[in-house]
Amino acid sequence: MTAWTLLIIAALTAIGFFVGQARAQGLRNAGTASLHSLPAYHGLLMASMALAVAGITTLIVALVAGSDSMLMPAAAALLGTGAIAASHRLITRDFRARNRFEYFVKLVLIACSAVAVLTTVGIVFSVLFETLAFFSEISPIEFLFGTHWSPTSTPPSFGLIPLLVGTLLITLIAIVVAGPLGLLSAIYMAEYSSRSMRGVLKPMLEILAGVPTVVLGFFAALTVAPLVRNTGESLGLSVASESALAAGLVMGMMIVPLISSLSDDIINAVPQALRDGSYAMGATKSETIKRVVLPAALPGIVSAFMLAISRAIGETMIVVMAAGLAANLSFNPLAAVTTITVQIATLLVGDQEFDSAKTLSAFALGFVLFCFTLVLNYIALRIVQRYREQYD
Amino acid sequence: MTDTFDKGNAAFIARRYGSERRFKAYGAAALAVSVLFLVYLIVDIGIKAWPSFFEHRAVLEVNLDASKIPANDVLKGDFEGVVRAGLRDLFPGLTARADVRSLTSLLSAGAGDDLRQQIAANPVLIGSTVRATALLGDDADLYLKGMLTTTLRSAGTTTLQLAQTGEEFILTGDLSQLAAGQIVRANGGALRIASVETGLAQAEAILPPTTLNTLTPGTWDILSFSHAEADRRIDDRQVVLLEALRDKGVIEKHFAWRFFTSGDSREPELAGLRGAIFGSLLTLIMTLSLSVPLGIAAAVYLEEFAAKNKWTELIEVNINNLAAVPSIIFGLLGLAVFINFFGLPRSAPLVGGLVLALLVLPTIIIASRAALKAVPPSIKEAALGVGASHQQAVFHHVLPLAVPGILTGTILGVARALGETAPLLMIGMVAFIVDVPKGFTEAATVLPVQIFLWSDLPEVAFQSRTAAAIIVLLVILFCLNAVAIYMRKRFERRW
Repeated sequence: MTAWTLLIIAALTAIGFFVGQARAQGLRNAGTASLHSLPAYHGLLMASMALAVAGITTLIVALVAGSDSMLMPAAAALLGTGAIAASHRLITRDFRARNRFEYFVKLVLIACSAVAVLTTVGIVFSVLFETLAFFSEISPIEFLFGTHWSPTSTPPSFGLIPLLVGTLLITLIAIVVAGPLGLLSAIYMAEYSSRSMRGVLKPMLEILAGVPTVVLGFFAALTVAPLVRNTGESLGLSVASESALAAGLVMGMMIVPLISSLSDDIINAVPQALRDGSYAMGATKSETIKRVVLPAALPGIVSAFMLAISRAIGETMIVVMAAGLAANLSFNPLAAVTTITVQIATLLVGDQEFDSAKTLSAFALGFVLFCFTLVLNYIALRIVQRYREQYD
Repeated sequence: MTDTFDKGNAAFIARRYGSERRFKAYGAAALAVSVLFLVYLIVDIGIKAWPSFFEHRAVLEVNLDASKIPANDVLKGDFEGVVRAGLRDLFPGLTARADVRSLTSLLSAGAGDDLRQQIAANPVLIGSTVRATALLGDDADLYLKGMLTTTLRSAGTTTLQLAQTGEEFILTGDLSQLAAGQIVRANGGALRIASVETGLAQAEAILPPTTLNTLTPGTWDILSFSHAEADRRIDDRQVVLLEALRDKGVIEKHFAWRFFTSGDSREPELAGLRGAIFGSLLTLIMTLSLSVPLGIAAAVYLEEFAAKNKWTELIEVNINNLAAVPSIIFGLLGLAVFINFFGLPRSAPLVGGLVLALLVLPTIIIASRAALKAVPPSIKEAALGVGASHQQAVFHHVLPLAVPGILTGTILGVARALGETAPLLMIGMVAFIVDVPKGFTEAATVLPVQIFLWSDLPEVAFQSRTAAAIIVLLVILFCLNAVAIYMRKRFERRW
């Protein structure tokens, strides 16, 4: 029925356009004075009336009677035709069809831009409701401060701390790798490299940024993890085969392009006059960078790091494929730890019943993750905004 | 100025210049690390993937026994049996059940598929004898690619006497070439050397020799392996049979088109990407048809029509935040809203496309706004000046000029959507799908999820398949990016 209804709506829209246009054209041919709006606008207005009326009717009928009902195409056809007939009388010489149509377009545009807000609202509510349902079974205190996480054991325990520690450990490794690499890359590209070299290096980093995380996860699990393990064992250390170090290293390489491209923009935004002043005092290039450019760019660089941290915390595939599943409360980078995203993924992949605490806990973890990244992003964006205003 | 001051000054300057050089070197080293990582990543995966693009087949003379193939329903015929019989015909001396089973185990479970298609297209061949190609199984295939063990063949250059005592065989004579674990192929059979002592070597039969003639130089050879039998997935008897097949010249190596034209399978040699590619395509169509109109409309409104007020600011903050929300959260949204609340089907491209559309929407809006902003205001002002309405100016003059930039942003958004895995795991696109999905509401899987699923499988052959699937995905992504860069270069306009 859905296909038929859509077909009817499309047909009515087309009919509306041609009827409206023909009527306005008729007026134009007959009348001596010119129309207020072009005939095409009369057609467009009638088409959008038909579309809106038939569309809204369909939605209402579908919600009331279900999408399989014969009522849906029938009602759409009836009311759509009615809309065309009703608006047919409206078309006169002075009818301001263009203004009405543009008003309609504007409403559509506003509705489209509201989708972003609706998405956020959808995320907040979908995660929040399940989280509240979860907290009615497990107390928030136990969730937030518990040090044991095993949702599948009997009785299950839902302590966030080991996951949080694992997430932060891997994120820390990633930032330790990506911070210096990304920042130094950005400095080199912004201050030292020639135009042609920049033209080669920047796409390289863009390619690295475009590598899907599932690919990096495969690489981390099959190449980097054995490498880390063998290196560690040759040094006499015991390394877990799913060590935090391997996942963290690859995740670090994933966020290098993010840090370098953000920092690059920020360093480029530092006014040349500051550099020139420093050179005039006899400073070398590196002294200028270290003592003038970087301090001036510091807020922006901090926000770049925060965005990178938020990206690392929310990254899923690398850790799902290369980090462990068991929740160990450990700060050892050579041990296997698990993260919030790994737990969400393992809890929700496969069949799930929606009322169990196990499934709901995934949403609670999602809520924690969302709050974390939201705060980081918000602060980072505010810093960038405030910083940009300084030199504009 | 004194001398000492000058010397001190020179040292000071030298130190500063040294620090300058070091700092520059750090920067270059940091970039080199990133580039090397990228190169290592691609080369490593490429090396792992390369073998999967080829497959080994046996070319056999098979008798299309009419009793095994019903003429009225050719596709139901026992083509596997036909092919197996064809393979057995190559070894008429092989009668022991275990030996025959070893031989047929070299073939893939889908060894008859090629023949089935050939005969279905040409049923008059039933009853006759034809040449057929039969796909080899994954272990045989891996062995022939040298991925299970390195096999060294050396011709026998000494004379050996052969004797049999019960089940055991004794080799005497010049034993200088022999070592335990090797296989001696002679007199139509194959013997595994169990031990070499002074003057005599004990051996057990893998395939019993037909005679006990003395082995003269040139009539026998030795197979020795880098991996002992226990350490590889293929046993000595299978190796001997495979080497015999290779000597008969019936094994051919071909490009594995099957990898692109067949669906997923539990057998690595049969598994292909067709289902995943079509799933990705359907999901992308869904994503694009939603996110592009929505994204452009939102960008046009925010850039051209929106008044500066709280509502607009809220939308802008929202878009910037959404761009940085972890993708797995979008998966949670899809699961809670689209699947549980609206009751849309799990695993379907419809839901996957919806989730990915929301995911790439901020990217497209931000890119489209940048493209709209880059169109100089004079264009719009000229249109307004000759009497166009605000909307006419935007839709007839500004938007067409911004299209290349919008398209570039859209392609980058598509590339992001194509590589995204985590949110699709949440909405259950992890089903085992053999067939191509027929519609937007059928269960489907997509390329990155297929990669994730294969990477979890224990078979060695699937590791290589996974790497090959990654290469396919990367090639598609590079092409998309190349198109985006080309368009940026081709249509970029400096005003």
